[in-house]
Amino acid sequence: MGAFLETLIGGLMAGMLYSLIALGFVLIFKASGVFNFAQGAMVLFAALAMARFAQWVPQVIGVQDKLLANAIAFVGALALMIVLAWLIERLVLGRLVNQEGITLLMATLGITYFLDGFGQTLFGSDIYKLDVGMPKDPLFMFQNVFQGGILVSKEDLYAAVIAAALVAVLSLFFQKTATGRALRAVADDHQAAQSIGIPLSRIWVIVWSVAGFVALVAGIIWGSKLGVQFSLGLVALKALPVVILGGLTSVPGAIIGGLIIGVGEKLSEVYVGPMFGGGIEIWFAYVLALLFLLVRPQGLFGEKIIDRV
Amino acid sequence: MRLNSIRMATAIGAALLAAVAATPAAFAQAKEQFFPVLVYRTGAYAPNGVPFANGYVDYLKLVNAQGGINGVKISFEECETGYATDKGVECYERLKGKNGGATLFQPLSTGITFALTEKAPGDKIPLITAGYGRSESADGTVFKWNFPLAGTYWVAADVLVQYLAKKEGGFDKLKGKKITLVYHDSPYGKEPIPLLQERAKMHGFEFNSIPVTHPGVEQKAAWLQIRQNRPDYVLLWGWGVMNSTAIKEAVATGFPRDKMYGVWWAAAEPDVKDVGDGAKGYNGLALQHGAEPNSRVVKEVLAQVHGKGQGTGPKEEVGQVLYMRGLMSAMLGVEGVRRAQERYGKGKWMSPEQVRWGLENLTLDQKKLDALGFAGVMRPISTSCADHMGAAWARVQTWDGSKWTFTSDWLQADDAILRPMVRSAAEKYATEKKLSKRTPEDCQT
Amino acid sequence: MLYRENGQFKTSYRADQQIFPIVQDRIAIALLLVVAAVVIPWTAPEYLFRAILIPFLILSLAALGLNILVGYCGQISLGTGAFMAVGAYAAYNFTVRIQGMPLIVALLLGGVCATAIGVLFGIPSLRIKGLYLAVATLAAQFFTDWAFLRIKWFTNDSLSGSVNVGGLQVFGWPIDTPVQKYLFCLAFVVVFALLAKNLVRGHLGREWMAIRDMDVAAEVIGIRPVYAKLTAFAVSSFIVGVAGGLWGFVHLGSWEPAAFSIDRSFQLLFMVIIGGLGSIMGSFFGAAFIVVLPIILDNLPYWFDVPIDTALASHLTFMIFGALIVFFLIVEPHGIARLWSTGKEKLRLWPFPH
Repeated sequence: MGAFLETLIGGLMAGMLYSLIALGFVLIFKASGVFNFAQGAMVLFAALAMARFAQWVPQVIGVQDKLLANAIAFVGALALMIVLAWLIERLVLGRLVNQEGITLLMATLGITYFLDGFGQTLFGSDIYKLDVGMPKDPLFMFQNVFQGGILVSKEDLYAAVIAAALVAVLSLFFQKTATGRALRAVADDHQAAQSIGIPLSRIWVIVWSVAGFVALVAGIIWGSKLGVQFSLGLVALKALPVVILGGLTSVPGAIIGGLIIGVGEKLSEVYVGPMFGGGIEIWFAYVLALLFLLVRPQGLFGEKIIDRV
Repeated sequence: MRLNSIRMATAIGAALLAAVAATPAAFAQAKEQFFPVLVYRTGAYAPNGVPFANGYVDYLKLVNAQGGINGVKISFEECETGYATDKGVECYERLKGKNGGATLFQPLSTGITFALTEKAPGDKIPLITAGYGRSESADGTVFKWNFPLAGTYWVAADVLVQYLAKKEGGFDKLKGKKITLVYHDSPYGKEPIPLLQERAKMHGFEFNSIPVTHPGVEQKAAWLQIRQNRPDYVLLWGWGVMNSTAIKEAVATGFPRDKMYGVWWAAAEPDVKDVGDGAKGYNGLALQHGAEPNSRVVKEVLAQVHGKGQGTGPKEEVGQVLYMRGLMSAMLGVEGVRRAQERYGKGKWMSPEQVRWGLENLTLDQKKLDALGFAGVMRPISTSCADHMGAAWARVQTWDGSKWTFTSDWLQADDAILRPMVRSAAEKYATEKKLSKRTPEDCQT
Repeated sequence: MLYRENGQFKTSYRADQQIFPIVQDRIAIALLLVVAAVVIPWTAPEYLFRAILIPFLILSLAALGLNILVGYCGQISLGTGAFMAVGAYAAYNFTVRIQGMPLIVALLLGGVCATAIGVLFGIPSLRIKGLYLAVATLAAQFFTDWAFLRIKWFTNDSLSGSVNVGGLQVFGWPIDTPVQKYLFCLAFVVVFALLAKNLVRGHLGREWMAIRDMDVAAEVIGIRPVYAKLTAFAVSSFIVGVAGGLWGFVHLGSWEPAAFSIDRSFQLLFMVIIGGLGSIMGSFFGAAFIVVLPIILDNLPYWFDVPIDTALASHLTFMIFGALIVFFLIVEPHGIARLWSTGKEKLRLWPFPH
């Protein structure tokens, strides 16, 4: 029983981490209709920027206090992501308005390749440590109830809380602020939004910047856990089932989808995996998403697909 | 698009295609021994590939600085494989005929090794796979062109089991213990499984294996399973970022690092550096050498290569574990050429077939190794027609938070167990490929 | 001036419906085939075969298969690498387990197995559409990655999970040297291209295109979406499976599941999109672009004798590759095939402007 709870909690928290990355996908798809395959590369790029800036700030500027150095690095990385967002909008998206979904998807794949190479050129291919003060040791709960206690990773717990906070902030942003309303209008209908005077290209820069901010937060959390290296970009592949299970256009869907996928993955790997020799996590997540989609083809919370003939 | 642009684009495209088609033919610079260097400085395995590549190239530069192999200088060219098999094959095809012909290849990837094992015999170029590759390629009567010098994965697994038995107080004390292998889900990671299963049968310990999918950043479930199974020892067969992730997950689940033992590809600085204090007590195998900053060869490299500003890579890296691995691998290749020169003409350019003979008849005794600067770093290696491995010794080293230190004596893999396994696997390969074993006459050539 | 149809009157339906109705086109294709089958084997250096022509041929076959699914039937699939893997491993099992199995039969049977798997993973397409389907097909990719690593029966109980084939021969002729391998692949590609072209020109192809353009309207007029979509998956997987078998047997010789990973799937999808969706010729253009470009980019520093650190060269290759893809999509989102047909249109009027 204790083992089961442990795996369940581990899965829930892993799911929160996936949904952090899924959020970026959802944001961009919601507002500009582009399935941003480059989200993984953006997470990697942001994490690399943060890790390297945190290394360079003490050397170059001489600030020794860890917290201040990290804060400066964060601001620097965020600025870099905003510049990146603006460049992507100017150079790529602006020229590909009105193209089919698959063309845009391919364009984001091209951006992925570019960012992979560019990030490694600027920042290097080594494993970089990202130390934002996350605790590394585990927490053992209910030791008197279960033998050995239930293992809860403190780092994952912090990450889950941050993810939840981020979602809350984003939801508030979308519901309460004028920019948020404008974003929702653009997501609804580009042309109608344009006709009432919402500046489309500025909105897209804002959306990609917010997605860049989400990528930065995700990159910091994942990078702090795993170390910042090229393979961080591949984590996005684990977030894809979350996105499609939750629905491409739903922020709460990203969270719920993340929890479902996380739990499903970990439980299957620990309990079903050994029967098959192990290693089943990654395809199980996709198959799980696939099964949900067969029941609801637009994802759990996605917009219903309406075909007009 | 305007017609002019289309025409220009077509013209440029045709010109580029023509240029590719007319790839420069090999020009005869027969006096230089060409060493192609297959590396990966990008991708998920770059952190471990870079120091190896730097060590390899630095040693070649050192040999040139010291006058070459009896006067014959070495030319080399790097080719980026990214640990991908098809890129490795493309590098092989491009470089095998360049600069007078490649002398030998060292793929540094088990996947690429498998692919090149099919091609090298046809092109008659030897493959050195020091410490990796197919374990059965130690049998030189079937694998004429493969040289897994200094050790294979079966040697590594065997030495680990022997060490654990020694720690427990004897092989009989292993009965009832649990040993779990966390491995990279690829041919590389799977290699030790047959030997560990064999040993488990012999000594009665429970053996489990947990695969980790490439690139290895997702190990939470694996370590939850380990926490629930509570094995006595965990063996780590990872590469690249999988290693540091494994140690980090061990920290996160509270598994004592001093019960973890990594293979010699999972026991280097990049794997432990960014885990910091959490990695203290983590053990790994040393493929004969560890981190050797005080060895003479390192001092020579610092003086004659880095001192002249020719170093590949940062000076701080010189002497680290993977750097030494690269040095050693390059040294073995150079010594193969030197041995070939002893038979076919000192100071002359050696063809790949001649170098193959040289590699098959290596007699690196301690005196020679000391003269090369490897005193205390390596044990003697001597190969033969039947044995392309040359030595089966290894040691265990432990990370103390800032450096690797040796924590065991030299251990030798048990030939009585290994030889039948190698032989039967090699025979299986020979039957599949319809090859015949080499005759004793062939062994003399 | 040269490319006019003046004077070429068709007197039978058969003549009117042929693939290349214009004489100049037929001459051009004949010349191309002569160059490919006769001139190149005699003149090209070995490196060109091994590193460029053979991968180009095999990948263009795979891109052809994918184009049928994505370009003609509109079902986005990211699991192509999986079907290639199934084709390769199935062909391997047939060769190893049945003594005396002819090579061509083994490859075709590999394709049949890939068809079965393709149809299985194509069933979701009856319910899921668009980007959701694209991600769902990744399930196929990761499942086969795992299956070939874990299930030992597929790799003939090989200790390491890596398999190898050797001693290829067809009717007694060995397929050993690069030239022989090239001609073997060329034969497959020509035959399959012809078959595919005729298939998409026929009524099955029209059903596919109807489903792609407006699947609800197609259903309304009586086209059965189950039949159309599943046949698209079936035909596409068959071709991709045969291409996978060729890739493993002829090009690599020895392979592991990582040779058919998700990077391969993305690579094929790039080829299809850059080459042109819904165009047989586009698959070839796309394959040429994606196969040759990285090699050129990798070797550019050496031609100009600029010593660049290999890591930097590799990163630059990635960057330029990505930038070129984006550039291409901006400039001609319908692919090189569209550029080609635009060029031919202009050529009909040349030297007149309009």
